[in-house]
Amino acid sequence: MNVLDLITDYTLRNVALGSALLGIVSGVLGCFAVLRRQGLLGDALAHAALPGICLAFLLTGSKTPLVLLLGAAVAGWLGTLALLRIVRDTRISEDSALGIVLSVFFAIGILLLTFISKRNDANQAGLDKFLFGQAAALISDDIAAMLILGTIALVVIALLYKEFKLITFDAAFAASIGLRTNLLGVLLTSLIVIAVVIGLKTVGVVLMASMLVGPAVAARQWTNKLGAMVALAAMFGALSGVTGAALSMTSDGLPTGPMVILALTAIVLLSLFFAPERGLVWDWMRRLQHKEAKFQGPGPNA
Amino acid sequence: MSAINGVSTASSDITSVLAQNPALCVADFPLVINDLTVAYRDKPVLQDIDLYVPSGRLCAVIGPNGAGKSTLIKAALGLIPAAAGTVRIFGKSYADARDRVGYVPQRTSVDWDFPTTAIDVVTMGTYGKLGWLKRPGKAEHERAMHALEQVKMADFAQRQISQLSGGQQQRVFLARALAQDAQLYFMDEPFVGVDAVTEEAIIGLLKSLRGQGKTVIVVHHDLDSAPEYFDWLVLLNVRLMASGPFEGTFTTDNLRRTYGGAMSAAIKHFEHLGR
Repeated sequence: MNVLDLITDYTLRNVALGSALLGIVSGVLGCFAVLRRQGLLGDALAHAALPGICLAFLLTGSKTPLVLLLGAAVAGWLGTLALLRIVRDTRISEDSALGIVLSVFFAIGILLLTFISKRNDANQAGLDKFLFGQAAALISDDIAAMLILGTIALVVIALLYKEFKLITFDAAFAASIGLRTNLLGVLLTSLIVIAVVIGLKTVGVVLMASMLVGPAVAARQWTNKLGAMVALAAMFGALSGVTGAALSMTSDGLPTGPMVILALTAIVLLSLFFAPERGLVWDWMRRLQHKEAKFQGPGPNA
Repeated sequence: MSAINGVSTASSDITSVLAQNPALCVADFPLVINDLTVAYRDKPVLQDIDLYVPSGRLCAVIGPNGAGKSTLIKAALGLIPAAAGTVRIFGKSYADARDRVGYVPQRTSVDWDFPTTAIDVVTMGTYGKLGWLKRPGKAEHERAMHALEQVKMADFAQRQISQLSGGQQQRVFLARALAQDAQLYFMDEPFVGVDAVTEEAIIGLLKSLRGQGKTVIVVHHDLDSAPEYFDWLVLLNVRLMASGPFEGTFTTDNLRRTYGGAMSAAIKHFEHLGR
Protein backbone atom coordinates (compact mmCIF):
# COMPACT_ATOMS: atom_id res chain seq x y z
CA MET A 1 0.00 0.00 0.00
CA ASN A 2 1.34 3.42 -0.83
CA VAL A 3 -0.03 6.92 -0.47
CA LEU A 4 -1.31 7.01 -4.04
CA ASP A 5 -3.54 3.99 -3.34
CA LEU A 6 -5.53 6.18 -0.96
CA ILE A 7 -6.80 8.07 -3.99
CA THR A 8 -6.95 5.43 -6.70
CA ASP A 9 -8.00 2.27 -4.87
CA TYR A 10 -11.78 2.09 -4.33
CA THR A 11 -11.68 0.53 -0.87
CA LEU A 12 -8.79 2.60 0.37
CA ARG A 13 -10.36 5.79 -0.93
CA ASN A 14 -13.59 5.03 0.90
CA VAL A 15 -11.71 4.24 4.06
CA ALA A 16 -9.62 7.40 3.91
CA LEU A 17 -12.60 9.61 3.08
CA GLY A 18 -14.88 8.00 5.65
CA SER A 19 -12.44 8.10 8.51
CA ALA A 20 -11.34 11.65 7.73
CA LEU A 21 -14.95 12.77 7.59
CA LEU A 22 -15.82 11.11 10.87
CA GLY A 23 -12.73 12.64 12.46
CA ILE A 24 -13.63 16.14 11.31
CA VAL A 25 -17.27 15.99 12.39
CA SER A 26 -16.64 14.34 15.74
CA GLY A 27 -13.69 16.66 16.38
CA VAL A 28 -15.82 19.76 15.82
CA LEU A 29 -18.88 18.53 17.75
CA GLY A 30 -16.65 17.01 20.42
CA CYS A 31 -15.35 20.48 21.36
CA PHE A 32 -18.84 21.55 22.33
CA ALA A 33 -19.59 18.22 24.02
CA VAL A 34 -16.44 18.46 26.13
CA LEU A 35 -16.92 22.14 27.02
CA ARG A 36 -20.52 21.44 28.02
CA ARG A 37 -19.17 18.54 30.13
CA GLN A 38 -21.18 16.12 28.01
CA GLY A 39 -18.26 13.97 26.90
CA LEU A 40 -19.78 10.85 28.42
CA LEU A 41 -23.12 11.65 26.86
CA GLY A 42 -21.57 10.59 23.57
CA ASP A 43 -20.74 7.24 25.13
CA ALA A 44 -24.32 6.60 26.26
CA LEU A 45 -25.52 7.83 22.91
CA ALA A 46 -23.25 5.53 20.89
CA HIS A 47 -24.23 2.47 22.93
CA ALA A 48 -27.88 3.44 22.69
CA ALA A 49 -27.56 3.54 18.90
CA LEU A 50 -26.94 -0.22 18.58
CA PRO A 51 -30.55 -1.39 19.09
CA GLY A 52 -31.59 1.31 16.63
CA ILE A 53 -29.37 -0.18 13.94
CA CYS A 54 -30.72 -3.67 14.61
CA LEU A 55 -34.34 -2.55 14.66
CA ALA A 56 -33.92 -0.54 11.49
CA PHE A 57 -32.57 -3.69 9.82
CA LEU A 58 -35.31 -5.94 11.24
CA LEU A 59 -38.08 -3.56 10.21
CA THR A 60 -36.87 -2.79 6.70
CA GLY A 61 -34.77 -5.85 5.89
CA SER A 62 -32.39 -3.41 4.28
CA LYS A 63 -28.81 -2.62 5.02
CA THR A 64 -28.90 0.67 3.18
CA PRO A 65 -26.50 2.87 5.16
CA LEU A 66 -28.85 5.83 5.43
CA VAL A 67 -31.62 3.58 6.84
CA LEU A 68 -29.34 2.00 9.44
CA LEU A 69 -27.84 5.36 10.42
CA LEU A 70 -31.29 6.90 10.82
CA GLY A 71 -32.24 3.97 13.06
CA ALA A 72 -29.08 4.59 15.05
CA ALA A 73 -29.80 8.30 15.27
CA VAL A 74 -33.37 7.79 16.48
CA ALA A 75 -32.31 5.27 19.13
CA GLY A 76 -29.38 7.42 20.22
CA TRP A 77 -31.67 10.39 20.47
CA LEU A 78 -34.22 8.43 22.52
CA GLY A 79 -31.41 7.31 24.80
CA THR A 80 -30.31 10.91 25.27
CA LEU A 81 -33.84 12.07 26.02
CA ALA A 82 -34.29 9.22 28.51
CA LEU A 83 -31.05 10.28 30.17
CA LEU A 84 -32.00 13.96 30.37
CA ARG A 85 -35.45 13.09 31.72
CA ILE A 86 -34.01 10.80 34.40
CA VAL A 87 -31.66 13.54 35.55
CA ARG A 88 -34.41 16.15 35.54
CA ASP A 89 -37.27 14.19 37.07
CA THR A 90 -35.61 11.85 39.55
CA ARG A 91 -32.97 12.18 42.21
CA ILE A 92 -30.62 9.88 40.30
CA SER A 93 -27.36 11.66 39.53
CA GLU A 94 -26.15 12.13 35.98
CA ASP A 95 -23.35 9.55 36.12
CA SER A 96 -25.67 6.86 37.48
CA ALA A 97 -28.33 7.72 34.91
CA LEU A 98 -25.64 7.48 32.24
CA GLY A 99 -24.66 4.02 33.47
CA ILE A 100 -28.28 2.85 33.43
CA VAL A 101 -29.18 4.17 29.97
CA LEU A 102 -25.91 3.02 28.41
CA SER A 103 -26.12 -0.58 29.63
CA VAL A 104 -29.86 -1.06 29.09
CA PHE A 105 -29.76 0.12 25.47
CA PHE A 106 -26.54 -1.77 24.80
CA ALA A 107 -27.96 -4.97 26.30
CA ILE A 108 -31.02 -4.71 24.07
CA GLY A 109 -28.73 -4.06 21.13
CA ILE A 110 -26.62 -7.16 21.78
CA LEU A 111 -29.76 -9.26 22.22
CA LEU A 112 -31.13 -8.06 18.90
CA LEU A 113 -27.77 -8.60 17.24
CA THR A 114 -27.68 -12.22 18.49
CA PHE A 115 -31.26 -12.73 17.36
CA ILE A 116 -30.48 -11.41 13.91
CA SER A 117 -27.34 -13.51 13.49
CA LYS A 118 -29.29 -16.70 14.37
CA ARG A 119 -31.86 -16.14 11.65
CA ASN A 120 -29.66 -17.65 8.97
CA ASP A 121 -30.26 -14.63 6.81
CA ALA A 122 -27.33 -14.19 4.47
CA ASN A 123 -28.12 -10.51 4.23
CA GLN A 124 -27.39 -9.90 7.91
CA ALA A 125 -23.65 -10.37 7.59
CA GLY A 126 -21.79 -7.30 8.71
CA LEU A 127 -24.11 -5.86 11.32
CA ASP A 128 -21.76 -7.06 14.06
CA LYS A 129 -19.13 -4.80 12.51
CA PHE A 130 -20.93 -1.95 14.22
CA LEU A 131 -19.52 -3.13 17.54
CA PHE A 132 -15.86 -2.35 16.89
CA GLY A 133 -15.99 -0.88 13.43
CA GLN A 134 -14.58 -2.11 10.15
CA ALA A 135 -13.45 0.63 7.86
CA ALA A 136 -12.66 -1.87 5.09
CA ALA A 137 -16.38 -2.64 4.90
CA LEU A 138 -17.24 0.96 4.02
CA ILE A 139 -18.94 1.24 0.62
CA SER A 140 -19.58 4.40 -1.34
CA ASP A 141 -23.18 4.45 -0.09
CA ASP A 142 -21.79 4.68 3.44
CA ILE A 143 -19.58 7.56 2.43
CA ALA A 144 -22.51 9.32 0.79
CA ALA A 145 -24.66 8.93 3.92
CA MET A 146 -21.80 10.15 6.13
CA LEU A 147 -21.16 13.05 3.80
CA ILE A 148 -24.79 14.18 3.86
CA LEU A 149 -25.16 13.93 7.65
CA GLY A 150 -21.73 15.41 8.31
CA THR A 151 -22.34 18.37 6.02
CA ILE A 152 -25.65 19.09 7.75
CA ALA A 153 -23.96 19.03 11.16
CA LEU A 154 -21.06 21.27 10.10
CA VAL A 155 -23.31 23.78 8.32
CA VAL A 156 -25.55 24.12 11.36
CA ILE A 157 -22.50 24.63 13.58
CA ALA A 158 -21.13 27.26 11.22
CA LEU A 159 -24.43 29.15 11.08
CA LEU A 160 -25.12 29.07 14.82
CA TYR A 161 -21.50 29.22 15.98
CA LYS A 162 -21.88 32.35 18.09
CA GLU A 163 -25.11 31.11 19.68
CA PHE A 164 -23.60 27.72 20.51
CA LYS A 165 -20.51 29.37 21.93
CA LEU A 166 -22.59 31.60 24.16
CA ILE A 167 -24.89 28.88 25.54
CA THR A 168 -21.83 26.75 26.21
CA PHE A 169 -19.96 29.49 28.06
CA ASP A 170 -22.80 31.25 29.88
CA ALA A 171 -26.29 29.81 29.48
CA ALA A 172 -27.94 32.27 31.88
CA PHE A 173 -26.60 35.30 30.00
CA ALA A 174 -27.57 33.67 26.71
CA ALA A 175 -31.12 33.24 27.95
CA SER A 176 -31.18 36.84 29.19
CA ILE A 177 -30.52 38.18 25.69
CA GLY A 178 -33.32 36.07 24.31
CA LEU A 179 -31.60 32.92 23.05
CA ARG A 180 -33.76 29.82 23.35
CA THR A 181 -31.15 27.96 25.36
CA ASN A 182 -33.17 24.75 25.80
CA LEU A 183 -33.88 24.51 22.11
CA LEU A 184 -30.28 25.28 21.19
CA GLY A 185 -29.10 22.72 23.74
CA VAL A 186 -31.30 20.03 22.23
CA LEU A 187 -30.11 21.01 18.76
CA LEU A 188 -26.47 20.79 19.81
CA THR A 189 -27.09 17.39 21.39
CA SER A 190 -28.79 16.27 18.18
CA LEU A 191 -25.71 17.32 16.24
CA ILE A 192 -23.61 15.26 18.63
CA VAL A 193 -25.93 12.35 17.82
CA ILE A 194 -25.09 12.89 14.15
CA ALA A 195 -21.37 12.92 14.88
CA VAL A 196 -21.66 9.65 16.77
CA VAL A 197 -23.79 8.02 14.10
CA ILE A 198 -21.32 8.96 11.37
CA GLY A 199 -18.56 7.09 13.14
CA LEU A 200 -20.48 3.95 14.04
CA LYS A 201 -19.49 1.79 11.09
CA THR A 202 -15.88 2.90 11.15
CA VAL A 203 -15.10 3.04 14.86
CA GLY A 204 -18.00 1.09 16.38
CA VAL A 205 -20.43 1.86 19.18
CA VAL A 206 -18.07 0.77 21.93
CA LEU A 207 -15.27 3.22 21.26
CA MET A 208 -17.05 6.03 19.45
CA ALA A 209 -17.22 8.31 22.50
CA SER A 210 -13.42 8.66 22.47
CA MET A 211 -13.66 10.17 19.01
CA LEU A 212 -15.69 12.99 20.54
CA VAL A 213 -13.58 13.55 23.62
CA GLY A 214 -10.05 12.83 22.34
CA PRO A 215 -9.61 15.42 19.57
CA ALA A 216 -11.23 18.14 21.70
CA VAL A 217 -9.04 17.44 24.71
CA ALA A 218 -5.90 17.35 22.58
CA ALA A 219 -6.84 20.57 20.75
CA ARG A 220 -7.61 22.41 24.00
CA GLN A 221 -3.96 21.98 25.05
CA TRP A 222 -2.65 23.99 22.12
CA THR A 223 -4.94 27.00 22.09
CA ASN A 224 -6.98 29.38 24.21
CA LYS A 225 -9.48 30.24 21.53
CA LEU A 226 -12.59 28.27 20.72
CA GLY A 227 -12.30 28.81 16.96
CA ALA A 228 -8.75 27.48 16.88
CA MET A 229 -9.71 24.64 19.19
CA VAL A 230 -12.50 23.57 16.84
CA ALA A 231 -10.21 23.71 13.80
CA LEU A 232 -7.43 21.78 15.54
CA ALA A 233 -9.85 19.17 16.86
CA ALA A 234 -11.15 18.62 13.33
CA MET A 235 -7.56 18.17 12.15
CA PHE A 236 -6.61 15.80 14.98
CA GLY A 237 -9.82 13.85 14.44
CA ALA A 238 -9.17 13.45 10.72
CA LEU A 239 -5.52 12.56 11.27
CA SER A 240 -6.26 9.83 13.80
CA GLY A 241 -9.18 8.56 11.73
CA VAL A 242 -7.11 8.14 8.58
CA THR A 243 -4.04 6.80 10.41
CA GLY A 244 -6.05 4.26 12.38
CA ALA A 245 -8.06 3.12 9.38
CA ALA A 246 -4.92 2.73 7.26
CA LEU A 247 -3.19 0.75 10.02
CA SER A 248 -6.19 -1.54 10.45
CA MET A 249 -6.01 -2.45 6.78
CA THR A 250 -2.41 -3.60 6.91
CA SER A 251 -3.57 -6.85 8.43
CA ASP A 252 -6.73 -8.75 7.59
CA GLY A 253 -9.53 -8.57 10.14
CA LEU A 254 -7.89 -5.97 12.36
CA PRO A 255 -10.79 -3.92 13.79
CA THR A 256 -10.60 -0.28 12.81
CA GLY A 257 -12.06 1.28 15.96
CA PRO A 258 -9.26 0.27 18.32
CA MET A 259 -6.59 1.34 15.80
CA VAL A 260 -8.20 4.76 15.37
CA ILE A 261 -8.46 5.21 19.11
CA LEU A 262 -4.82 4.20 19.63
CA ALA A 263 -3.71 6.72 16.99
CA LEU A 264 -5.86 9.33 18.70
CA THR A 265 -4.45 8.45 22.11
CA ALA A 266 -0.94 9.10 20.79
CA ILE A 267 -2.03 12.60 19.72
CA VAL A 268 -3.74 13.24 23.06
CA LEU A 269 -0.66 12.14 25.02
CA LEU A 270 1.69 14.22 22.87
CA SER A 271 -0.55 17.24 23.42
CA LEU A 272 -0.89 16.71 27.16
CA PHE A 273 2.87 16.47 27.61
CA PHE A 274 4.31 18.82 25.03
CA ALA A 275 1.78 21.53 24.18
CA PRO A 276 3.19 24.99 24.99
CA GLU A 277 1.87 26.56 28.21
CA ARG A 278 -0.37 23.66 29.20
CA GLY A 279 2.09 20.81 28.53
CA LEU A 280 3.04 18.78 31.61
CA VAL A 281 6.68 18.52 30.53
CA TRP A 282 7.16 22.30 30.59
CA ASP A 283 5.45 22.36 33.94
CA TRP A 284 7.88 19.82 35.33
CA MET A 285 10.85 21.65 33.84
CA ARG A 286 9.71 24.93 35.31
CA ARG A 287 9.37 23.31 38.71
CA LEU A 288 12.79 21.69 38.38
CA GLN A 289 14.40 24.98 37.39
CA HIS A 290 12.65 26.67 40.24
CA LYS A 291 14.07 24.16 42.69
CA GLU A 292 17.59 24.47 41.30
CA ALA A 293 17.37 28.23 41.41
CA LYS A 294 16.57 27.98 45.08
CA PHE A 295 19.64 25.76 45.67
CA GLN A 296 17.52 23.07 47.18
CA GLY A 297 19.35 20.39 45.24
CA PRO A 298 17.85 18.04 42.67
CA GLY A 299 14.32 16.77 43.09
CA PRO A 300 13.58 13.25 44.38
CA ASN A 301 13.36 11.84 40.86
CA ALA A 302 16.43 13.56 39.51
CA MET B 1 -44.42 60.44 53.08
CA SER B 2 -41.41 61.80 51.29
CA ALA B 3 -41.05 63.20 47.80
CA ILE B 4 -38.10 62.01 45.75
CA ASN B 5 -37.59 63.54 42.32
CA GLY B 6 -41.18 64.61 42.56
CA VAL B 7 -42.27 61.04 43.11
CA SER B 8 -44.17 60.42 46.28
CA THR B 9 -42.97 57.27 47.90
CA ALA B 10 -45.36 56.17 50.56
CA SER B 11 -45.59 52.57 49.49
CA SER B 12 -43.70 49.90 47.61
CA ASP B 13 -46.89 49.31 45.63
CA ILE B 14 -46.83 51.06 42.28
CA THR B 15 -50.60 51.68 42.08
CA SER B 16 -50.61 54.09 45.01
CA VAL B 17 -47.53 55.85 43.65
CA LEU B 18 -49.20 56.29 40.28
CA ALA B 19 -52.41 57.48 41.95
CA GLN B 20 -50.49 60.22 43.70
CA ASN B 21 -48.47 61.16 40.62
CA PRO B 22 -50.95 61.34 37.74
CA ALA B 23 -48.25 62.56 35.37
CA LEU B 24 -46.41 59.24 35.63
CA CYS B 25 -47.17 55.89 34.06
CA VAL B 26 -45.71 52.40 34.47
CA ALA B 27 -43.56 52.85 31.37
CA ASP B 28 -41.60 55.56 33.24
CA PHE B 29 -40.32 52.97 35.68
CA PRO B 30 -37.43 50.70 34.72
CA LEU B 31 -38.75 47.95 36.98
CA VAL B 32 -42.20 47.29 38.40
CA ILE B 33 -42.98 43.97 40.03
CA ASN B 34 -46.53 43.02 40.97
CA ASP B 35 -47.46 40.18 43.28
CA LEU B 36 -44.54 38.01 42.15
CA THR B 37 -44.28 34.50 43.54
CA VAL B 38 -41.54 32.05 42.55
CA ALA B 39 -41.36 28.47 43.79
CA TYR B 40 -38.94 25.55 43.49
CA ARG B 41 -40.76 22.23 43.81
CA ASP B 42 -43.67 23.78 45.73
CA LYS B 43 -41.39 25.62 48.12
CA PRO B 44 -41.81 29.38 47.75
CA VAL B 45 -38.53 31.20 47.19
CA LEU B 46 -40.19 34.56 46.63
CA GLN B 47 -43.68 35.34 47.81
CA ASP B 48 -46.06 38.15 46.89
CA ILE B 49 -43.36 40.63 45.93
CA ASP B 50 -44.56 44.14 45.08
CA LEU B 51 -41.93 46.69 44.28
CA TYR B 52 -40.78 49.33 41.85
CA VAL B 53 -37.52 51.10 41.12
CA PRO B 54 -37.56 54.64 39.68
CA SER B 55 -35.33 55.74 36.84
CA GLY B 56 -31.74 56.83 37.44
CA ARG B 57 -31.29 54.91 40.66
CA LEU B 58 -28.59 52.69 42.10
CA CYS B 59 -30.64 50.08 43.89
CA ALA B 60 -29.28 47.48 46.31
CA VAL B 61 -31.11 44.21 46.86
CA ILE B 62 -30.17 43.08 50.34
CA GLY B 63 -31.18 40.12 52.47
CA PRO B 64 -29.81 37.03 54.22
CA ASN B 65 -28.65 33.87 52.42
CA GLY B 66 -31.57 32.11 50.81
CA ALA B 67 -33.65 35.27 50.80
CA GLY B 68 -34.20 34.96 47.07
CA LYS B 69 -32.04 37.90 45.96
CA SER B 70 -30.60 36.19 42.88
CA THR B 71 -33.97 34.59 42.21
CA LEU B 72 -35.57 38.04 42.12
CA ILE B 73 -33.14 39.13 39.39
CA LYS B 74 -33.51 35.88 37.47
CA ALA B 75 -37.30 36.06 37.65
CA ALA B 76 -37.19 39.66 36.42
CA LEU B 77 -35.04 38.49 33.49
CA GLY B 78 -37.42 35.65 32.71
CA LEU B 79 -34.71 33.06 33.45
CA ILE B 80 -36.93 31.43 36.07
CA PRO B 81 -40.67 31.04 35.54
CA ALA B 82 -42.91 32.89 37.98
CA ALA B 83 -45.67 30.91 39.69
CA ALA B 84 -47.72 34.11 39.84
CA GLY B 85 -47.40 37.84 39.33
CA THR B 86 -45.99 40.12 36.66
CA VAL B 87 -42.73 41.89 35.94
CA ARG B 88 -42.77 45.06 33.85
CA ILE B 89 -39.61 46.58 32.42
CA PHE B 90 -40.32 50.13 31.22
CA GLY B 91 -43.96 49.07 31.15
CA LYS B 92 -43.36 46.07 28.90
CA SER B 93 -42.81 42.37 29.35
CA TYR B 94 -39.18 41.35 29.58
CA ALA B 95 -39.28 39.75 26.13
CA ASP B 96 -40.31 43.09 24.63
CA ALA B 97 -37.91 45.21 26.68
CA ARG B 98 -34.88 42.92 26.41
CA ASP B 99 -32.87 45.33 24.28
CA ARG B 100 -32.90 47.87 27.12
CA VAL B 101 -31.61 45.47 29.78
CA GLY B 102 -28.07 44.41 30.69
CA TYR B 103 -27.17 41.51 32.94
CA VAL B 104 -24.11 40.62 35.00
CA PRO B 105 -24.48 37.06 36.35
CA GLN B 106 -22.53 35.84 39.35
CA ARG B 107 -18.90 35.48 38.36
CA THR B 108 -18.72 31.92 39.69
CA SER B 109 -21.60 30.80 37.47
CA VAL B 110 -19.32 30.15 34.50
CA ASP B 111 -16.20 28.09 33.79
CA TRP B 112 -13.36 30.59 33.45
CA ASP B 113 -11.17 27.95 31.83
CA PHE B 114 -13.36 28.24 28.74
CA PRO B 115 -11.12 28.78 25.70
CA THR B 116 -11.73 32.45 25.01
CA THR B 117 -10.27 35.91 25.52
CA ALA B 118 -11.46 38.92 27.53
CA ILE B 119 -12.44 40.89 24.42
CA ASP B 120 -14.36 37.90 23.08
CA VAL B 121 -16.42 37.62 26.27
CA VAL B 122 -17.19 41.35 26.15
CA THR B 123 -18.20 41.05 22.51
CA MET B 124 -20.88 38.58 23.64
CA GLY B 125 -22.63 41.64 25.07
CA THR B 126 -23.30 42.81 21.51
CA TYR B 127 -24.93 39.52 20.44
CA GLY B 128 -28.40 40.52 21.68
CA LYS B 129 -28.73 43.48 19.32
CA LEU B 130 -26.87 41.64 16.57
CA GLY B 131 -29.52 38.96 16.12
CA TRP B 132 -29.37 35.43 14.77
CA LEU B 133 -26.82 34.18 12.26
CA LYS B 134 -24.94 37.48 12.04
CA ARG B 135 -21.31 37.55 13.10
CA PRO B 136 -19.91 40.39 15.21
CA GLY B 137 -18.02 42.81 12.97
CA LYS B 138 -15.90 45.91 13.36
CA ALA B 139 -18.62 48.00 15.03
CA GLU B 140 -19.24 45.30 17.65
CA HIS B 141 -15.54 44.91 18.26
CA GLU B 142 -15.15 48.64 18.81
CA ARG B 143 -18.06 48.73 21.21
CA ALA B 144 -16.53 45.85 23.16
CA MET B 145 -13.14 47.57 23.25
CA HIS B 146 -14.74 50.78 24.49
CA ALA B 147 -16.51 48.83 27.24
CA LEU B 148 -13.20 47.25 28.28
CA GLU B 149 -11.63 50.71 28.46
CA GLN B 150 -14.41 51.87 30.76
CA VAL B 151 -13.52 49.18 33.29
CA LYS B 152 -9.76 49.79 32.78
CA MET B 153 -9.18 46.40 31.21
CA ALA B 154 -8.16 47.45 27.70
CA ASP B 155 -4.62 46.12 28.23
CA PHE B 156 -6.01 42.67 28.94
CA ALA B 157 -8.21 42.42 25.85
CA GLN B 158 -6.33 39.50 24.31
CA ARG B 159 -5.74 37.71 27.61
CA GLN B 160 -7.14 34.21 28.07
CA ILE B 161 -9.85 34.61 30.71
CA SER B 162 -8.46 31.96 33.05
CA GLN B 163 -5.31 34.07 33.39
CA LEU B 164 -7.27 36.98 34.87
CA SER B 165 -7.67 37.57 38.59
CA GLY B 166 -11.11 37.32 40.15
CA GLY B 167 -11.50 41.08 40.13
CA GLN B 168 -10.39 41.33 36.51
CA GLN B 169 -12.86 38.62 35.55
CA GLN B 170 -15.60 40.58 37.30
CA ARG B 171 -14.64 43.69 35.33
CA VAL B 172 -14.82 41.69 32.10
CA PHE B 173 -18.35 40.66 33.05
CA LEU B 174 -19.24 44.30 33.75
CA ALA B 175 -17.77 45.35 30.42
CA ARG B 176 -19.89 42.74 28.69
CA ALA B 177 -22.99 44.30 30.26
CA LEU B 178 -21.79 47.77 29.18
CA ALA B 179 -21.44 46.47 25.64
CA GLN B 180 -25.15 45.63 25.84
CA ASP B 181 -25.73 49.39 25.91
CA ALA B 182 -28.79 49.11 28.17
CA GLN B 183 -30.97 51.44 30.21
CA LEU B 184 -31.47 49.05 33.10
CA TYR B 185 -28.75 46.79 34.53
CA PHE B 186 -29.07 43.80 36.82
CA MET B 187 -25.88 42.79 38.62
CA ASP B 188 -25.64 39.66 40.76
CA GLU B 189 -23.08 40.07 43.56
CA PRO B 190 -20.50 42.04 41.55
CA PHE B 191 -18.52 42.93 44.67
CA VAL B 192 -17.90 39.36 45.87
CA GLY B 193 -14.25 38.35 46.01
CA VAL B 194 -12.87 41.38 44.19
CA ASP B 195 -9.78 43.46 44.96
CA ALA B 196 -9.85 47.12 46.01
CA VAL B 197 -9.02 48.35 42.49
CA THR B 198 -11.97 46.47 41.05
CA GLU B 199 -14.32 47.61 43.80
CA GLU B 200 -13.39 51.21 43.04
CA ALA B 201 -13.79 50.63 39.31
CA ILE B 202 -17.24 49.16 39.88
CA ILE B 203 -18.37 52.05 42.07
CA GLY B 204 -17.08 54.58 39.55
CA LEU B 205 -18.93 52.74 36.84
CA LEU B 206 -22.19 52.59 38.82
CA LYS B 207 -22.04 56.31 39.43
CA SER B 208 -21.28 57.11 35.82
CA LEU B 209 -24.20 54.94 34.74
CA ARG B 210 -26.48 56.79 37.13
CA GLY B 211 -25.09 60.05 35.74
CA GLN B 212 -26.31 58.96 32.31
CA GLY B 213 -29.78 58.40 33.74
CA LYS B 214 -29.47 54.64 33.78
CA THR B 215 -30.76 52.40 36.51
CA VAL B 216 -28.70 49.68 38.17
CA ILE B 217 -30.09 46.95 40.43
CA VAL B 218 -27.37 45.19 42.41
CA VAL B 219 -27.58 42.11 44.60
CA HIS B 220 -25.38 43.12 47.50
CA HIS B 221 -24.36 41.45 50.72
CA ASP B 222 -22.20 43.99 52.51
CA LEU B 223 -24.27 46.18 54.84
CA ASP B 224 -21.18 48.23 55.67
CA SER B 225 -20.63 49.62 52.19
CA ALA B 226 -24.25 49.76 51.10
CA PRO B 227 -25.11 53.26 52.42
CA GLU B 228 -22.11 54.69 50.57
CA TYR B 229 -22.94 53.17 47.20
CA PHE B 230 -26.71 53.08 46.82
CA ASP B 231 -29.65 55.48 46.86
CA TRP B 232 -32.51 52.98 46.62
CA LEU B 233 -33.01 49.83 48.65
CA VAL B 234 -34.93 46.57 48.44
CA LEU B 235 -34.85 44.46 51.61
CA LEU B 236 -35.78 40.89 50.91
CA ASN B 237 -36.34 37.70 52.83
CA VAL B 238 -38.61 35.53 50.67
CA ARG B 239 -41.16 38.29 51.16
CA LEU B 240 -40.46 41.95 50.57
CA MET B 241 -39.47 43.45 53.91
CA ALA B 242 -39.13 47.04 52.78
CA SER B 243 -38.25 49.03 49.71
CA GLY B 244 -37.81 52.67 48.87
CA PRO B 245 -35.27 55.49 49.00
CA PHE B 246 -32.16 54.26 50.78
CA GLU B 247 -32.15 56.78 53.62
CA GLY B 248 -35.62 56.07 54.92
CA THR B 249 -35.49 52.32 54.31
CA PHE B 250 -32.09 51.36 55.73
CA THR B 251 -33.21 51.36 59.36
CA THR B 252 -32.29 49.05 62.21
CA ASP B 253 -35.94 48.06 62.45
CA ASN B 254 -36.18 47.05 58.81
CA LEU B 255 -32.85 45.24 58.95
CA ARG B 256 -33.91 43.36 62.05
CA ARG B 257 -37.11 42.27 60.32
CA THR B 258 -35.19 41.25 57.23
CA TYR B 259 -32.54 39.26 59.00
CA GLY B 260 -34.96 37.86 61.57
CA GLY B 261 -34.09 36.29 64.90
CA ALA B 262 -30.69 35.28 63.61
CA MET B 263 -29.58 38.86 64.28
CA SER B 264 -26.58 38.89 62.04
CA ALA B 265 -23.35 40.31 63.28
CA ALA B 266 -23.84 43.05 60.76
CA ILE B 267 -26.88 44.45 62.52
CA LYS B 268 -25.14 44.40 65.87
CA HIS B 269 -22.39 46.24 64.14
CA PHE B 270 -24.86 48.91 63.09
CA GLU B 271 -26.33 49.29 66.53
CA HIS B 272 -22.80 49.70 67.71
CA LEU B 273 -22.39 52.52 65.23
CA GLY B 274 -25.53 54.06 66.71
CA ARG B 275 -27.67 53.88 63.60
